[in-house]
Amino acid sequence: MLDLRNPIGYFFLINALLLVGYGLMEPHLVPFGSQQINLNVIWGLVMGSFGALMLALAWRDKHASPDEKDSESTTD
Amino acid sequence: MQVGVVDYLIILIYFCFVLGIGFALKKQMVNTEEFFLSGRSIPSWITGLAFISANLGAIEVMGMAANGAQYGIMTAHFYWVGAIPAMLFLAIFMMPFYYGSRIHSVPEYLKLRFNEPTRAFNAISFAVMTVLMSGLNMYAMALVFKLLLDWDMTASIIVSAVVVLAYTALGGLTSSIYNEVLQFFLVVLGFLPLTILGLMHVGGWEGLAAKLPPGYSHLWAQTGGVHNPMGVDWIAIFCGLGFVLSFGYWCTDFLVIQRALAAESLPAAQRTPIIAAFPKVLFPAITILPGMLALVLVPGLGTNNTDMSFNQALPLMLAKFYPPGMLGIGLTAMLASFMSGMAGNITAFNTVWTYDIYKSYIAKNKTDQHYLLVGRLATGIGILISIGTAYIVMGFASIMDYMQAIFSFFNAPLFATFLLGMFWTRCSPWGAFTGLVFGTLAAVVQFGLTEAHILSYPSAMAGNFWRATVAWIVCFIVTILVSFFTKPKPIAELEGLVWGTGLKSTFGGGVWHKNPLVLAAVVVVMTVACNLYFW
Repeated sequence: MLDLRNPIGYFFLINALLLVGYGLMEPHLVPFGSQQINLNVIWGLVMGSFGALMLALAWRDKHASPDEKDSESTTD
Repeated sequence: MQVGVVDYLIILIYFCFVLGIGFALKKQMVNTEEFFLSGRSIPSWITGLAFISANLGAIEVMGMAANGAQYGIMTAHFYWVGAIPAMLFLAIFMMPFYYGSRIHSVPEYLKLRFNEPTRAFNAISFAVMTVLMSGLNMYAMALVFKLLLDWDMTASIIVSAVVVLAYTALGGLTSSIYNEVLQFFLVVLGFLPLTILGLMHVGGWEGLAAKLPPGYSHLWAQTGGVHNPMGVDWIAIFCGLGFVLSFGYWCTDFLVIQRALAAESLPAAQRTPIIAAFPKVLFPAITILPGMLALVLVPGLGTNNTDMSFNQALPLMLAKFYPPGMLGIGLTAMLASFMSGMAGNITAFNTVWTYDIYKSYIAKNKTDQHYLLVGRLATGIGILISIGTAYIVMGFASIMDYMQAIFSFFNAPLFATFLLGMFWTRCSPWGAFTGLVFGTLAAVVQFGLTEAHILSYPSAMAGNFWRATVAWIVCFIVTILVSFFTKPKPIAELEGLVWGTGLKSTFGGGVWHKNPLVLAAVVVVMTVACNLYFW
């Protein structure tokens, strides 16, 4: 069965790269209280971190030993 | 609104992923059990997020933002009174019957517990309701993309319909569930910055409360009477929303329950609504708050002086705060919410149609492959009908009013049937059927009287709450009365279907963080805390 964390991880990572890249090339500043922030870059990093976390979790489970997998499945 | 190439690119990437998931799962859809119930093999964190995401359609995103602008923080009653208690009740008390009886659909439970007519009545009314709700999501999506991008409404409806058709027909319920989880994260990450930016702009919650009209920042303080933004008192909130509409939807609507039935075990099925309840408690932050912020930050919203209706609160906030790039994420999040709402209804529709109508009354004893094909065809036909119903929604002033009107017809009386059926062995098959018919008729008659201005309420929402309450009471009383005069099912036939007949709620027993009772207690504490903070 497809590990759902992989498509989720890749989706957010690709979009994060797009946002950060675009945000650095074309900075659009938006008001954040009394300051101005580059929302694309900041939120791109947040989304990228989330995507990387999903991929890391999927990778960890794929490479877990059979014993570890068994103990996880019994608690599900 | 300035939408750039980068925004269209993000939308395109999203379409590629949802279709890709459908294709990746296609080869596993070899029989009806896989196609309609995901082989009952999905972990609870996925079914839990899909449970909440199937409900995260236009109603949740655009409708709740619109209500936030129209009614203020009182809209959060739809979450903290109108959802959480019912979701926990479903998990603890009702899921053992649904999952334990190995049913494929909610109407099938009614057949086992009562009789064929009760199942047929529910299956047909549910099928009608799902295509009406699916149409609602299509309409909302077309409205948004017309407003934001000036896309043709019919073209928007057809494009989204084709994409949903492709991934649900290919990958069945699993594809729908997987995409719903992707959509869940996209909606959260897509709208959260809007709330943060908006609150920073107005000086936090205190600043927002100070700028709102009187009463818009209190949940309960003005519910002693009807002089509050929603026009309902606490009795209507508890009875109409908190009990009847809420339990009627969350505990009997197959759209959400189907996600729990796909879980890998009974404990996982019980955890499904509870896992869903955690984000549900916090969702007002990304659905209602943007609407309330829009009321302050978008001059003229909802007034007669402009053509900006409350339904446009969220799109207008996107236009105000998001630059190109994030705008693509926000638009895709909206698209995702509409598509998850549409797909959720369509997968529920094709299951009920195939199992409870086609297989039961039209073509019995066919091969499994035949029913698999019928399920795929039903997906297409359901979407075609939904396109037609999208145009019915256009006649309603508010998305939420439309939805609550539908629920008061179908779900409110059904909950009385389930409550009596699951907890009272004396409840007879014909008592249930008669009660359900009379309850639904009571709602329809009351709706007709309101439309004819013979009955009136302080607001459309108050009318929905009271109509649901009356429908529930009529169904409850008629079911009990008729049950006393008709023959109940023998106890032996009710084994595992009624409380106290062999099947009891399981409370896990494993590690504490997977115990349904412990998880439910944490959700209750969070909900009470939210109510007290916004009192």
